Amino acid sequence: MAVIKLKRPKLSWYEHLYLPSIIKGLLITFKHAVISVFGKATGSKELASSGLGVTMQYPEQKWDEHLPEYYRGVPALVTDEQGHERCVSCQLCEFICPPKAITIAPGELKSDDEWAKVEKAPKAFDIDMIRCIYCGMCEEVCPEQAIFLRQDYAMTGTTRAEMVNDKDRLYQIGGVREGLINKWNEVK
Amino acid sequence: MDWVPLIITGIKVFFFTFVVILPLIAYSTYAERRVCAIMQDRVGPNRVGIPLTLLGFKKDLSFFGLLQPLADGLKGLFKQDLTPGHVRKSFYWMAPALTAIPAFITVCVIPFGSNVNLFGHDVKLVIADIGAGPLFVFAIASLSVFGITIAGWSSNSKYSFFGGVRSCAQMISYEIALGLSIIPVLMVFGKLNLTDIVTHQSEKGWLLLPLWNEHGSVFSGDYWAHCGPQWLLLLPLGISFIVFTTSIFAETNRMPFDLPECETELVGGYHTEYSSMKFALFFMGEYAAMIVGSAVIVTIFFGGWSLGFGLDSALLQTGEGDWKWFAGFIHLGVFLAKTIGFIIFFIWVRWTVPRLRYDQLMKLGWVVFFELALFNIFIAALIIAAPHIGTLLTMFVGVPILLALAAIMYFITKSVESKRKVNIT
Repeated sequence: MAVIKLKRPKLSWYEHLYLPSIIKGLLITFKHAVISVFGKATGSKELASSGLGVTMQYPEQKWDEHLPEYYRGVPALVTDEQGHERCVSCQLCEFICPPKAITIAPGELKSDDEWAKVEKAPKAFDIDMIRCIYCGMCEEVCPEQAIFLRQDYAMTGTTRAEMVNDKDRLYQIGGVREGLINKWNEVK
Repeated sequence: MDWVPLIITGIKVFFFTFVVILPLIAYSTYAERRVCAIMQDRVGPNRVGIPLTLLGFKKDLSFFGLLQPLADGLKGLFKQDLTPGHVRKSFYWMAPALTAIPAFITVCVIPFGSNVNLFGHDVKLVIADIGAGPLFVFAIASLSVFGITIAGWSSNSKYSFFGGVRSCAQMISYEIALGLSIIPVLMVFGKLNLTDIVTHQSEKGWLLLPLWNEHGSVFSGDYWAHCGPQWLLLLPLGISFIVFTTSIFAETNRMPFDLPECETELVGGYHTEYSSMKFALFFMGEYAAMIVGSAVIVTIFFGGWSLGFGLDSALLQTGEGDWKWFAGFIHLGVFLAKTIGFIIFFIWVRWTVPRLRYDQLMKLGWVVFFELALFNIFIAALIIAAPHIGTLLTMFVGVPILLALAAIMYFITKSVESKRKVNIT
């Protein structure tokens, strides 16, 4: 191992006095304070600051339009253009989910549905948002492109039961997603 | 027995501690957090206000978070007051009071203003107008080290103990520089009563701003014919100011010298084992010491409550040289403005200068400041004595002695430095 000997830098008498450098430091912090008060701090524009420093003041201002596409928020189920629910209750997400947040009760499609006896649908689909760690494994493992992590992040509730997203709520959050591989569409 | 002076003193004690100093302490903690936040491009506490939403209104009133100190105080009161099992109980309970009380006692000699005439009584805006002002402040303020040391010791934990011991060593080192640095100032004034010191400055120019004297100000009168000694004295007084201010920083355990409570090394410092209101008392004591420190600096170096430029006598005095009845209120405002300015300076320095290492701290105290302050006394003495002993004696005896002294001190400083270097390599 090479040994590098470092020498302490030799200070000039001016630096030995300390006082000039302290005054220099005071001026730097003062400059920062002035710039920060007038909302021109470095990076305040990119970070969409509130006008004081670089801080965004959360409940009034939100980061939503700056969220990247790959942002992992609340997981939700989606329907396609034809209005089919895409989930076929294969339960892969339930098994892969690391914190075991997902509970699925598999069920049949209604007998009058033209895809009855062909595919299945979940009878109940609960995601416990207290357990969810937003890892995105459910989305990764889903063979049917049925579950996606949305950009919502402000999940709140006052009871434990409120924090469990049931099937209706999941479809409500997920909505319709277009441009997915469409095995239900006969035309194609 | 005449009860009136007693009642007036009681009112003054109440007014200055509970109406002036306590809110000042509360709001200097708020200012500390806001100013540091602004310097670091943050926002700081800006939310605590009147929670109107609880009463059904649409919006809270936040007033820039101005009620934050109130919330902090309530939190301090309502938190669990935990006394760990391994502490020395009596000393542990005594220590916070021992830190806070001296800081509050020193308030009593600070002149907050000149006279106020209320209901026919001429009231001096100082609680105890004693003839040993600065000495009293030093004597009492240094007692607060007992609180810190006892807190560190009685906590019965290593880190608290370290904090206490460090504080003790630091206080002893900087007390000397503090005491010595003020001697040139006292030589200039020739008196120790703080009210007299301020009156002197209002007539003959602030110590560090000699823009006027009894012959007129910069713009008028015979000022330029008489200002020579004033400007010459700026050299020793400037050194005095720097040494004194830095020593006050060290005495109040403020940032460049806050070794007793450096979180990175000592968990928390001497107050590691304290919680709730006991911890808050340490905090209050520290800030009270800071406020008293800046008040003393303002009183001694920046003319205390005086307006300056000869405005005091022109605007606020009657023909016979007495203060008008409202003069005290204006002076109180001026004094508070100056003190708050200095508190902001304290905060500014805290968030600029990094903490000193322990050996640097000791070296600065014992090698640099001690000798600088000592040497400074001789400079001031020579400048003051020069008109009396004549040019010849000054140039051919005084100046050589001064230079010889400087050489000796420089030699001592150098020798300490070289020994230290040998130890390192």
